[in-house]
Amino acid sequence: MAMLEVKDLEVTYGVIKAIKGVSFEVNEGEVISLIGANGAGKTTILHAVSGLLGKAGGTVTYEGQDITAYPAHKIVELGMAHVPEGRRVFAQLSVLENLKLGAYTRKDKKELEDTLQTVYKRFPRLEERKNQMAGTLSGGEQQMLAMGRALMSHPKLILMDEPSMGLSPILVEEIFSIIRDISASGTTVLLVEQNAKKALAIADRAYVLETGNIILSGSAEELINDESVKKAYLGE
Amino acid sequence: MTRIAGREKVMSFLNYLISGLSLGSVYAIIALGYTMVYGIAKMLNFAHGDVIMVGGFAVYMSMNALGLNPILAVIVSIIVCTVLGIVIEKVAYKPLRKATPLAVLITAIGVSYFLQNLALLIFGSDAKLFTSVVNIKAISLANGQITITGETIVTIVVCIIIMVVLSLFIKKTKAGQAMLAVSEDKEAAELMGINVNKTISLTFAIGSGLAGIAGALLCSAYPTLTPYTGSMPGIKAFVAAVFGGIGSIPGALIGGLLLGVIENLSKAYISSQMADAIVFSVLIIVLLVKPTGLLGKKISEKV
Ligand SMILES: Nc1ncnc2c1ncn2[C@@H]1O[C@H](COP(=O)(O)OP(=O)(O)O)[C@@H](O)[C@H]1O
Ligand SMILES: [Mg+2]
Repeated sequence: MAMLEVKDLEVTYGVIKAIKGVSFEVNEGEVISLIGANGAGKTTILHAVSGLLGKAGGTVTYEGQDITAYPAHKIVELGMAHVPEGRRVFAQLSVLENLKLGAYTRKDKKELEDTLQTVYKRFPRLEERKNQMAGTLSGGEQQMLAMGRALMSHPKLILMDEPSMGLSPILVEEIFSIIRDISASGTTVLLVEQNAKKALAIADRAYVLETGNIILSGSAEELINDESVKKAYLGE
Repeated sequence: MTRIAGREKVMSFLNYLISGLSLGSVYAIIALGYTMVYGIAKMLNFAHGDVIMVGGFAVYMSMNALGLNPILAVIVSIIVCTVLGIVIEKVAYKPLRKATPLAVLITAIGVSYFLQNLALLIFGSDAKLFTSVVNIKAISLANGQITITGETIVTIVVCIIIMVVLSLFIKKTKAGQAMLAVSEDKEAAELMGINVNKTISLTFAIGSGLAGIAGALLCSAYPTLTPYTGSMPGIKAFVAAVFGGIGSIPGALIGGLLLGVIENLSKAYISSQMADAIVFSVLIIVLLVKPTGLLGKKISEKV
């Protein structure tokens, strides 16, 4: 059974149907990439999965539980974290306060301290700046904070929405290597990217989204070698 | 001769200043309710002033009909107002979470009239003589030239305690941090596992509980109670909140204190009829110079 199973998902904004019956699954341990052009509906899908948006149709099942109607804050408790598009760090709060909010659903103080140290090890710059206001961090640092904050909930599945957006090539490399690390440490990853080349290079499997529909899916290797993908997304 | 007259002037100025600080403390406590609810739910709860009036009646009934002592009466008032705040939020505002700000504003005004008319129905329109909840003796200083009433002392002390406790609560507790998170970004807060609806409800509960305290203090200092008692102080406290920077807790304190002092000094030295006009003029001038209020942060609307 898949860890996350999305079936016939439909999402509407008012009268506009943004997602028109999308199905995909994520198995434990995988890195799955969802690629598509700007406006294809990637963010909308992640918002629907993590409970920020209601669904007009279809189901979302996580670890065998039907979470279609769950509010976002309840889904976090089940071990799913979402690093939203544009980072969305709490600008007026310190780095440390942001990280602690990431662990909002966790009770055990001792375990929490351990996780904090793990996050600091992965993102040494966050420790250096732990008392700084998050709003004063650079874009790359904010992305790291958003990822670190999500890891603070000790998720089994992490959703990431365009983590490389707006970052310099060096930082993009760094972010992708961190995603690889996160996956290697046992967290399942569902990655949304416009940077298809990078997203396919890191993924086990991928789905291609076009105006609210999945038009193609397969192993990352298959998709990298697919002529239409090459032409539309890899710029070859 | 002139020296003595000068000294008297200084003393009477100090008297007005101190009573202005006391009035300002009440405004500050009320302004906290406005500012916290605005900061977190992004709405102006214009029924907040009437919750103060309900608090006043809760104290009045507890002392006069139930014979409770003042401390218990204030506790009853806090409980009644807290529950009322939660109910108002649930019944009137929660269904409008996605409605336009105008619809919410009109609803808030509706709730305000509802509370006033309900009180009118139950208690009638005649003014009740309120027994002070404070029984501390006035102190007199400088050979009796300065008198500080028990109400003044208690009001200022209570205001300071509330500010300190509230600041610690927000800085140090998980619920307080959740409030800050919700005030910045509701969706991101949900993604942390924070129940945004519950946090909004908690904010209304705290703001209204404080209104319960404010009602007791206000009516103790100005001991007539009618269904409209909360309305003018409510508006003034709203002005104080805007003055200090709506959404800012220290802003509510500074705005409240300044407003109380300006109002009292205007009454004493300019004209008691003009005092309110002066208060509102000061607000307009501050907002012209600094639209976000004294301590207000830049309002950056996120999409
Ligand atoms: N809040 C919204 N209200 C109305 N339409 C929206 C909203 N958010 C996104 N859309 C529309 O839904 C579609 C998918 O958007 P989105 O999920 O953000 O795409 P992507 O993340 O792939 O760039 C687009 O056509 C977009 O204009
Ligand atoms: Mg997007």
